[in-house]
Amino acid sequence: MERTITIDPVTRIEGHAKITILLDDEGLVQDAHFHVTQFRGFEKLCEGRPFYEMPSLMARICGICPVSHLVASAKACDALMAVQIPPTAIHLRTILNLAQLVQSHALSFFHLASPDFLLGMDSDPAGRNILAMAHSHPTMARDGIRLRQFGQQIIEWLGGKRIHPAWVVPGGVNAPLSEEVRDQILADMPEAVSIVQRTLTWFKRTMNQYREEIQTFANFPSLFLGLVNSQGMLEHYDGTLRIVDAMGNIIEDQIATQRYPEIIAEAVEPWSYLKSAYYKPMGYPQGMYRAGPLARLNIIHSCGTTLADEEWVMFRELNRGAVLSSFHYHYARLIEILYGLERIEQLLHDPDILSKHVRAFAGPNNREGIGVSEAPRGTLIHHYRIDERGLITWANLIIATGNNALAMNRGVLQVARHFVQGQQLTEGALNRVEAVIRAFDPCLSCSTHAVGQMPLHVQLLDAQGTVLDESLRG
Amino acid sequence: MSRLSQQVVTLKIDGRDVGARSNETILEVAHENDINIPSLCSVEGLSVVGSCRLCLVEVRGTSELVSACSTYVREGMDIVTHSERLSHYRQTILSLFFSERNHLCAVCVSNNHCELQGQAQALGLSHVEVAYRYPQLPVDASHERFVIDHNRCILCTRCVRVCDEIERAHTWDVAGRGVQALVITDLNEPWGSSETCTSCGKCVQVCPTGALFEKGKAVAEMSRRRRFLPYLAKTKEKSS
Repeated sequence: MERTITIDPVTRIEGHAKITILLDDEGLVQDAHFHVTQFRGFEKLCEGRPFYEMPSLMARICGICPVSHLVASAKACDALMAVQIPPTAIHLRTILNLAQLVQSHALSFFHLASPDFLLGMDSDPAGRNILAMAHSHPTMARDGIRLRQFGQQIIEWLGGKRIHPAWVVPGGVNAPLSEEVRDQILADMPEAVSIVQRTLTWFKRTMNQYREEIQTFANFPSLFLGLVNSQGMLEHYDGTLRIVDAMGNIIEDQIATQRYPEIIAEAVEPWSYLKSAYYKPMGYPQGMYRAGPLARLNIIHSCGTTLADEEWVMFRELNRGAVLSSFHYHYARLIEILYGLERIEQLLHDPDILSKHVRAFAGPNNREGIGVSEAPRGTLIHHYRIDERGLITWANLIIATGNNALAMNRGVLQVARHFVQGQQLTEGALNRVEAVIRAFDPCLSCSTHAVGQMPLHVQLLDAQGTVLDESLRG
Repeated sequence: MSRLSQQVVTLKIDGRDVGARSNETILEVAHENDINIPSLCSVEGLSVVGSCRLCLVEVRGTSELVSACSTYVREGMDIVTHSERLSHYRQTILSLFFSERNHLCAVCVSNNHCELQGQAQALGLSHVEVAYRYPQLPVDASHERFVIDHNRCILCTRCVRVCDEIERAHTWDVAGRGVQALVITDLNEPWGSSETCTSCGKCVQVCPTGALFEKGKAVAEMSRRRRFLPYLAKTKEKSS
């Protein structure tokens, strides 16, 4: 008899989702789905609004990564205005984007994921969170909080506030960087770098304990997508799209971001509000690809900063081709934090970084604009059309998390097949099913995450929907 | 008759003895004496309409509330500008403003520069308990330099008055009644097609909310310059 196991809601991720695991007649896992159960509708509600409002309006999609939306949206608006923004504005937006990367990755690694590593996948879920970690591993908890604070602090210093700053505007940014803020950031930088370095050392040592998870956490061949700069190095603000296959071969390169519709399409499934993006030439669902930190480190020739490159070389030795296990998203996240900090420091030393020329002014000159940047979770695409008066008539957003929708599903299925056996659900099995999703760090609600134990509802259903077994926690 | 030849009266505002000329309104006298009375439709230099009702005050000896902007002072008046009753009325008035249209401060060009938002903060309005109407209202971006977003209009008619009384173009007016009312340009044509609009921008500068704004302003960037108004009003007085 077929049975369905439902995990609802999935905890310690950013948003609301549930997981369904379907068992076959023999009690073996037949299929699994990762459902995103919330609907936002931003593409529709922005219609009729002046395009100048878009960066701040779209930033409201998310309380954790508002800067990503701010940046991608502002770039789309730059395209609508048909302006080249001042170089200093590009650098300042890049710094803001990287500060967001640092704080978001720190949140994912330390606050959400590290309780699994520190306290164990099989430990009591009631005590497996950042608060319990603060008691058992105070230094690590403090490091995580400090690193996230540093990223948020840069955002506040630059943009005026930590969440939803209105500093990034179409045409650039609305205020130049002050010498005082630059010096403050540079003064705090060494502490942040040393936090990442000691965390990387600890994580590389700890990874050996998680061989089984590394083997099974969405560890399969797929394509990888992301932006690279003109030298094929890590790039989060600008650049061109590149796709590599599982062996690390480049199959698409130097695709101008305006051409994204040629290679990326989206499919809709009836069981989720999250659209599934795929590589168009290979079709759906064969064109599954992954984006985000793992993908970015898989597609590049080097990071472009000294310390991150040293780590990247070791990272790429994990596999002969691309690094395939999604467990290594965590590892990639730490390397990207290191890169982010180094790159911010480089940019702050740019001789023109304090320039007062940080904004270009223009009206609507193009009827269509596309803005692409790398958000913490992957490639983020904002695509707008306007009427002759500058009011939005159509919008399409490919959100970073949507890039990984197909891979997350496959990952849940792989983990469930390995850890869910028979009709009994162990806490460890349930948590690993959740943990594979957590490795992707999906931002579903795009709202600030509640710390603590969220209720987890698991149901074991037969093919007729009768509840055979049920457990509630939280 | 000049203002100086007016009779001098004495009255009390919030227990304070104040002197004033008999052709002054309660609101004017209060401001001269640094006594704050909240208001939205009133702006120095323009005629008085008394439509927003936010400046309601109590006058001892009568149970009726009067609007401070449209009531002249009288000898011996005893005025109360802040009380629990007034606070309740003012919060209700603000709630009705917020519920009538689509005021979304977070993505508004006037965020942090908005008089409606400022009054709500000053009067401690933490929640709107009136059901929102969520009307579907247009944004007219047809003008070369300015935009009107009816979602944020509170029908204070400052734009109508400044256009008529200072610029003397009378491009703006009000069409419709009650909650259906909208400010319009000329005979309800797109602003960009208006033959009377001089594009002076005074309407944009006096707008208390984000309803009228300059093109190209991003969220929270629309601050207003209003110091020109009393000067222009005096110039008008002299010339007429």
